[in-house]
Amino acid sequence: MEQLTILLIVIPLMCAPITALIPSEKITWALTLIVSLISLAISFYILYEVIDGKHVIYELGGWRPPWGIEYKIDSLNAFVAVIVSGISALACLFAYRSVPSEIDKKTIPLFYAAFQLCLLGLLGISLTGDIFNLFVFLEISSLATYALISMGKHRKALTAAFSYLILGTIGATFFLIGVGFLFAASGSLNTADIASRFSSFEDMQLVETALIFMVMGIALKAAIFPLHSWLPNAYGQAPSAVSVFLSATATKVSIYVLLRILFDLYPVEYWVDMLLPQIMLSLGCAAVIYGSYRAWQQVEMKRLLAFSSVAQIGYMVIGLSMLNELGLIASIIHLFNHAVIKATLFIGAGILLYRANTTQLKSLRGLGKDMPWTFAAIALAGLSLIGVPGTVGFVTKWYLLEAAVEKGLWIVVATIVVGSVLAIAYVWKIVENLYFRSKRKIHIHDVSSGDDGVAKAPKTMTMALWIGAIMCIIFGLNTELSFQAASSAATALLER
Amino acid sequence: MMDFVLGHINYWLIVAVMMVGLYTLMSRSNLIKKLAGLAIFQTAVILFYVSLGKVTGGTVPIMDEKYTLYSNPLPQVLMLTAIVVGVATTALGFALVIRIKEAYDSVEESEINKMDEQD
Amino acid sequence: MNQLDMTLLIILSIIVPVVGGIIVSRLGKHINIREAATLITALALFVINLLIYVNLDLSHENAVASSRFVFAEPIEGLAIAFSATAFGSLFAIIASGLWIATSIYAIGYMRGHHEKHQTRFYVLFAIAIAGVMAVAYSDNLFTLFLFYEILTVSTYPLVTHSGNREARKGGKTYILILMGSSILFFLPAMIIVWFVSGTLSFQEGGILAGNLDAIWAAPLLALFLFGISKAGLMPLHKWLPSAMVAPTPVSALLHAVAVVKAGVFSVMKIVVFIFGTDFITESNANHWLIWLPLITIVVASFIALRKDNLKERLAYSTVSQLSYIILGALLANEAGILGGTMHIAMHAFAKISLFFAAGAILVATHKKYVSQLSGLGRTMPFTFTVFTIGTLSIIGLPFFGGMWSKWYLLSGSLSFQGPEFTYWAILTGLAISSILNTYYLLSIPMTAFFNKADNDSSNASQHASGIKEAPVACLIGMAIPTCITVYLFFDPQLFYRLAATLNQF
Repeated sequence: MEQLTILLIVIPLMCAPITALIPSEKITWALTLIVSLISLAISFYILYEVIDGKHVIYELGGWRPPWGIEYKIDSLNAFVAVIVSGISALACLFAYRSVPSEIDKKTIPLFYAAFQLCLLGLLGISLTGDIFNLFVFLEISSLATYALISMGKHRKALTAAFSYLILGTIGATFFLIGVGFLFAASGSLNTADIASRFSSFEDMQLVETALIFMVMGIALKAAIFPLHSWLPNAYGQAPSAVSVFLSATATKVSIYVLLRILFDLYPVEYWVDMLLPQIMLSLGCAAVIYGSYRAWQQVEMKRLLAFSSVAQIGYMVIGLSMLNELGLIASIIHLFNHAVIKATLFIGAGILLYRANTTQLKSLRGLGKDMPWTFAAIALAGLSLIGVPGTVGFVTKWYLLEAAVEKGLWIVVATIVVGSVLAIAYVWKIVENLYFRSKRKIHIHDVSSGDDGVAKAPKTMTMALWIGAIMCIIFGLNTELSFQAASSAATALLER
Repeated sequence: MMDFVLGHINYWLIVAVMMVGLYTLMSRSNLIKKLAGLAIFQTAVILFYVSLGKVTGGTVPIMDEKYTLYSNPLPQVLMLTAIVVGVATTALGFALVIRIKEAYDSVEESEINKMDEQD
Repeated sequence: MNQLDMTLLIILSIIVPVVGGIIVSRLGKHINIREAATLITALALFVINLLIYVNLDLSHENAVASSRFVFAEPIEGLAIAFSATAFGSLFAIIASGLWIATSIYAIGYMRGHHEKHQTRFYVLFAIAIAGVMAVAYSDNLFTLFLFYEILTVSTYPLVTHSGNREARKGGKTYILILMGSSILFFLPAMIIVWFVSGTLSFQEGGILAGNLDAIWAAPLLALFLFGISKAGLMPLHKWLPSAMVAPTPVSALLHAVAVVKAGVFSVMKIVVFIFGTDFITESNANHWLIWLPLITIVVASFIALRKDNLKERLAYSTVSQLSYIILGALLANEAGILGGTMHIAMHAFAKISLFFAAGAILVATHKKYVSQLSGLGRTMPFTFTVFTIGTLSIIGLPFFGGMWSKWYLLSGSLSFQGPEFTYWAILTGLAISSILNTYYLLSIPMTAFFNKADNDSSNASQHASGIKEAPVACLIGMAIPTCITVYLFFDPQLFYRLAATLNQF
C-alpha cells in the first residue's frame, strides 16, 4: 500500500527518458496515456483509502523523518493527485490527434517526455510532505511547462514561455528564500515536524518573513491577481493539449500549496491578525471582477478562457481566505470543478483550432452549426463556468455563497453575483460567435486542400470533449465523491 | 546597531547581490542580460543557504567524538539540488533565447514586443 | 395504490417521453411508424398522468411526502426530487392531454406545410414534454428551477426550427430573455429564500412566514415575478412574440400551454407554497405588485389589437391572459387562487384551439395576416367555428369553460383587501381588457365569416388554388380541445377538484 505512493513519482520519472528515446509518435503517446491512467488508478486507490481521514505515510529511502523525506498523504493530497492524473489522461486522449497537427513530428517524443515530466512534478508537489522537496518538484514541473509552452505553433509562444520562465523562476526562488528562512528558524524541512514544533520558534521574526516570501512566491505561480500577467499569454499560446493540461492542473496545484502553507505549515491563529486574510480576500474579489471583465473583452477564445481562469482562481482565493469550513470546502471542491470545466473548454477550443486552424472568435462565426455536438459540449461547460444549477460550477458557488453569508461578508456575495453576470457575458460571447452570428467565409490558414481535418473532428478529441462535458454534469449532480474528499480535507486543515 | 550590521555582514552582501540580480532582470531589455540577472539572483539565494548552515568555528560534520561543533551540512546538500535546478533553468532560458532569435531576429524585448503587437 | 407505485408512476411520467423521443429518433425513415410512436408515447403519458390523478390522495398532504422520489442531492438539503401533488397533476394532465391533440394535429401540419427535419421536431418535442412533466412534479423550488431552465434550452431548437435568419433572431431573443432573467432574478431570489428559511421545499402555508421580515416580502416576490419570465409579465414578455417564428404546433402546445403555463405554474407554486397566501396578505406585498399583471393585461390587449400578424396577435393575447393567472395568484385570496389555477386549464384548451386554427389557415392558404382573412370563413367553416369557440371561451362567455375561471377571478378581485384605488383599478382593468378581448379576437372570425373577399384578384387566386379545409389530421387535432372547452363548461369538476386543494393550505 505505502509503496504505491512512490510509484506515482517513479513511474513517470522512469518513463519520461524512455519516451524521449522512442522515435514513434504513436508509441510515445500510448506510453504517456498508460502512465497517466496508471497514475489515475493509483491516486484513486489512495483517495479511497484516505477519504475518511486516515493517512498513508511513506518514508523515502527508509530515512526517518524529519531527516528523510516523508510523504504523508491525507485526502487533500490524494484529491489533488486524482485531479492531476485524471486531467493528464484526458489531455492525453485529446493530444492523440491534436499534437501531430500542431507540433513538428520530430519533436513529438520530446513533447510527450516533457509532458510526463510535468505530470511527475505536479504529482510530486501534491504528494510530498517536505517543503524543499516541494520546491524541487515545483521546478521540475515548471521547467517542463516552459518547454511545453514554447512548442506552441506561433512564435509568440516563445516569448510567452520566456516571460513565464522569468516570472516563474522568480516565484520559485522567492519560495526557496522563504523555505530558507523557515529552515533557519526551525531547523527542519518536514511539514508535520515544523507544524508540531511551531510554538517553540514562532516568536522569531524570521518565521513571519518566511511566510511572506513563500506566499508571494506561490501566489506568482498560482497567478493570483495582480501576479497573473504571465498566465493569459502562456495558456493562450501553448499547444492545445498543453493548455488543457496546464489550465486544469498547474495553478490548482499552486493553490493547493498555498493551502498547505497557510493551514498546515502555519497555524491559522499565527497569520490571521496579519491582515493577510483581508488582503487575500480583496485580491480574490479583484481577481474575479478583473479576470471576468478582461475575459469578456477578449477576441480570441483561448485567451478569453485564460482570463476566465484568472477569475476562477480568484474564487478559490476568496474561499480559502474566509477561513471557515464552508469556504475551504468551496475552494477545494473548486480545484476539481474548475479543472474539469476548463479542461473541457480548452479541449473545445482545441477542436475548433484543429478544424478552423484559428481560435479568433471572429473567424469561428457560425462554426457551431457545422459541429453541433462540439458546440453543445462547449455550451455545457460554459454553463458550468457560469454556475448554472445542475453543473459543477453551481456546487462551488453555492458553498462559497453559504460561506460568505455565514461570515456576513456581503462584498463577497456581491462579487460572486457580478462575477457570474460577467461570466454569462463572456460565455455568451463564445456562444454567440459560434452559433448565432451568421457564417462568414472561414479563414483557413496553412491547411492543404482536401485535408479531412477541416471536415470533421477526430473521434479521440470528441471523446475527450464529451468525457469532460459529462463530468461537468455528473459531478454537479452527484457530489458525493468530490464533497466528501473536500470536506474531509477541509476538516483536516482546520483541525490543526 | 553597528554590531547588528557587522554581525550579519554576509547577509547584507547577499542582499546586495540579490538586488543586483533583480535589478538587472527588470531593467534590461536584452533577453540574455535578463537571464544573467536571473542567474545572479538565484546564486544569491544559494549563498544565503550556504551561509545559513555555517557555524562559527565549526568543522565539517564528521561522526566522531572529537568534533562536537560542526556546520549544518543539510543546506549545502540542498543547494546541490538548487544549483542543478538553476543550471537547468538558465539552459532552458538560453535555448528559448536562441529560438526567439531565430523567430524574431532579435533578442531585444522592446523590439520583440513591437513585432508581437503588429501581428 | 401504495407509495412505491406512485413513485414509479412519477418516474415513468418523465422517462416515457424521453424514451419515446429516442425511439422516434430511430424511425426517421418510416414516417408512419414514427408518427404512431409519437402518438403511442403521448397516449401512454396521458394514461400515466391519469393514473397519478386517480390515485392522488387529495384529503391529506402526507400523500406528497409518501410519493417523494429523490433523484440526486448535490448539496445537502438541496435535492432534485419529485412528488405528486394535486396542482402538479392538474398541469401534467393538461400538458400531456393536449400533447395527444397536438401530435395528431402536427402530423397534418408538418406534412401539409412540408417542414424539414420532421424527425428532429418530434424528438425535441417529446423531450420538451419530459421537461414539462419534471416541472409539474417537482418537489422543491430547486428542482423546479432546474427543469425550468432545461425546458428553456430544450425548446430553443424548436423555436429556431426553420433555421433561417428570422428564426435565429427570434431564438436569440427567446433564449436571452428567458435565460437571462432567470439567472439574474430567479436564481438570486431562490438563494435568498434558502438563506432566509434554510429550505426550498414546497410546504403548505409557505416557508417564508416567520423567517423573512415583512418589508422584504414584496421585493423578493418581485424578483420571482421578473425571474420567471416564462409567465410573460411585462416588460419581459418579448420572447413570446419572438417565439412565434416556430412551427404552429410548437406555438400551440409549448407557447400557449406548456412553456408559458410552466411559468405561471411556478409563480402559483411560489405564491402558495413558498410565500403562503397569508404571508402575502399580511405583509401587503401584493398591494403594489398587483399592478404588474394588471398593466400587462391592459397593455398587451392594446398591442394585440394593433397586430396584423395572426400568430403575433394570439401571442399578445396569451401574454394578457397569463397575467390574469398571475393576478389571481397575487390576489392571494381563495377565489383568486382558484380562478387563477382554473384559468391555467381553461385558457390552455381555448388558446390551443385558436393556435390550431391559425395553423390550419396557414397550411391551407399560406396566409399569416388578419387582414387577408376576409371571406375565408365560407371556404373553411370548420376552422373558423373552432376559432370562434376558442375566442368565446377566452372572453369568458357562458357555455364555454373559460367562463368559470373568469368568474372566480372576478369574485376574487371583488374580495381584494387593499387600497381603494387599487381595488377599483383592478376591476376597471379587467373590464377594459374583456372589451378589448372581444374586439381583437372576435373580429377575426367576424371578418372571415361576414366580410366579402377584398378584391377579385385574390378571390380568383383562391379559386385557382382551390382552398379547402386543412388536412384531416389537423381537423381532428383541432376538434379535441374545442370539444373539451365546451365540455368544461358543463363539468368543471375535474379541474375544480384539483384547484380547490390549493386553498386547503
